[in-house]
Amino acid sequence: MLEIKNLQVGLEEEDKQILKGVDLKIGEGEVHAIMGPNGSGKSTTSYVLSGKDGYEVTDGSAELYGEDLLEMEPEERAAAGLFLAFQYPVEIPGVGNMTFLRTAVNAQRKARGEEELSAGEFLKVVREKAKALKIDADMLKRPVNVGFSGGEKKRNEILQMAMLEPKMCVLDETDSGLDVDAMKLVAEGVNALRDGKRSFLVITHYQRLLDHIKPDVVHIMANGKIVKSGGPELALEVENNGYADILAEVA
Amino acid sequence: MAVTNPKFEASEALLAAYAVPSGAAWATEARAKAAAHLRAIGAPNKRDEYWKYTNPTALTEVPTPSAALFASDEAPMFDAIDRVKVVFVDGVLDTAQSDDLSLEGVEIETLTEATSKDIHWAKDLFGVLEANGQNPVDRPMAALNTAVATEGLVIHVKAETTKPLALRYIHTSENSDAMVHHVIKVEEGAKFTLLESGPGAARFNSVLEVDVADNAEFHHVRTQGRDHERKTATHMYGRLGAESIYRSFTMTVNGMLTRNESVLEFTGDDAQATVSGASAGDGKDFHHDDTVFVTHDSVDCESRQVFKKVLRNGATGVFQGKILVQPDAQKTDGYQISQGLLLDDDSNFLAKPELEIYADDVACSHGSTVGAIDEDAMFYLTSRGVPKAQAQDMLILAFLGEAIDEIDNSDLADEIHDRLAAWMERRRA
Repeated sequence: MLEIKNLQVGLEEEDKQILKGVDLKIGEGEVHAIMGPNGSGKSTTSYVLSGKDGYEVTDGSAELYGEDLLEMEPEERAAAGLFLAFQYPVEIPGVGNMTFLRTAVNAQRKARGEEELSAGEFLKVVREKAKALKIDADMLKRPVNVGFSGGEKKRNEILQMAMLEPKMCVLDETDSGLDVDAMKLVAEGVNALRDGKRSFLVITHYQRLLDHIKPDVVHIMANGKIVKSGGPELALEVENNGYADILAEVA
Repeated sequence: MAVTNPKFEASEALLAAYAVPSGAAWATEARAKAAAHLRAIGAPNKRDEYWKYTNPTALTEVPTPSAALFASDEAPMFDAIDRVKVVFVDGVLDTAQSDDLSLEGVEIETLTEATSKDIHWAKDLFGVLEANGQNPVDRPMAALNTAVATEGLVIHVKAETTKPLALRYIHTSENSDAMVHHVIKVEEGAKFTLLESGPGAARFNSVLEVDVADNAEFHHVRTQGRDHERKTATHMYGRLGAESIYRSFTMTVNGMLTRNESVLEFTGDDAQATVSGASAGDGKDFHHDDTVFVTHDSVDCESRQVFKKVLRNGATGVFQGKILVQPDAQKTDGYQISQGLLLDDDSNFLAKPELEIYADDVACSHGSTVGAIDEDAMFYLTSRGVPKAQAQDMLILAFLGEAIDEIDNSDLADEIHDRLAAWMERRRA
């Protein structure tokens, strides 16, 4: 499980504190959601967990199944079982989607001391999983995310997640830029990965994604801290009344 | 009166260092003309505008600067494919290591044989395309080659060939100085693939004159050998007839100094030409220069220049590329891209893209960029578990891949790709 304690993070390049003591504990098999106004530190939390450059951790810790994430390189965090579904998946011209997926899967297996998948085995698995996400063969052959629509990019993120089988999935505004049907498809993909052991952290602005991916716990983040936690009803409260009431209440 | 200009001192010294080859009158005349031209223009000098980014001293020094031999554990290039192999050792044809010079639909002679015949078709090409290419820019190293080269092949392609001709240039002597001059005539409707590989010599000067007739195709893939200390000057001249196709790709890794000049001229309508290159350099002793001059003088022709260089640890890459569109060359489609990928702050990419257009109905574009590895792409790849060094190599190969994609034979493209991947892998931290 994921345990974040008093996480304090600033920007490397400027004197600006973004996370001001985040505490979060996600148990095995649980789905947590983080909601919050723009600029509250939601995406920063996801980047710091996955190891993006440009942030400086000034205090606190983040552990995945007892392993200190903050000491690891991004690829080590991935091998340890962390996965970040990007808000804006990166386009990589010249790198085939399939080649990329296979390299990633095998690099993780190698890092964990497991045997690499053969081309044949890999192809079989990827085709099956791609089909469920309505990703066609052409999309697999194209360069990573290049020329993909917004919905295709998000589905591709979920495909990667399905192939890499992480222990802890962080979804950063996976619903942004998606129409209702695409959102359902993505949510189905996520739900298919819920197995009672795998944990999820769903970052979103809107309650509607949480209609499809049902959270156990909802957190409200504001000004670099989690200010309130509750059940799924908290998301409905945000949807109906906005953040103002909650923020006034905790102020 | 003593000659005081170093350009002329150097050209005299170079001409004096080589014997004047004997041959038929037409060949002797071509050689004498080239020697006279070199005397008139002088050897290249670092003060010359055309050599602003590349110091030619190592190419013109007498005696030849030595270059250590390089032992590679890789299989030779183009070894696994069906081809006719011809081996040059330090610039000299080695018949014992070569296949018979026989290929269906093609006549292959040595330069010495061809230039000794009083009547030969090569009279219209040998030194002729090279001499045409001296205007508007001086190309002294090519003039030297025409004047003194005795090694090379004269190739007459009369039909579509079943397999490529693969020239392998082996470097065995630390002080070898090679002058190789090939002349190729691809007849109407014929199709030919030339492969070249290897460092050639401590110092290697090669000229390739290719005449591609109407509806003919010429394909060329070249790799220049991994010897770190080699110095190389190459000139490739292509003359394109109507509806012909000309495609040339060069891979360069290592080498102390490489200057590859390509001079292409469209003389018939609806032809297509591509010159491309992928190069990878590591260290301050790597200097690689692609200099290209494409002249459009006919209607509806398409030319592409695609050059990609990845540079690290103080390596230098140079690109000088020009598209000249003459007044009557309407509907010309000219494309030129040159890109440098710098893996650190010590490396350099110097580019001079030029368009000179006198026709009013043309589509020409050019772009030149220099940049570092895309950090967002790196984070994306590593966040999926791909180790940093491997992720960087994937991005480098993707970058170079745009040049490799210009090769239209997938087996050859794959071989080039694998060699570059191996080169990257050897350098992983």
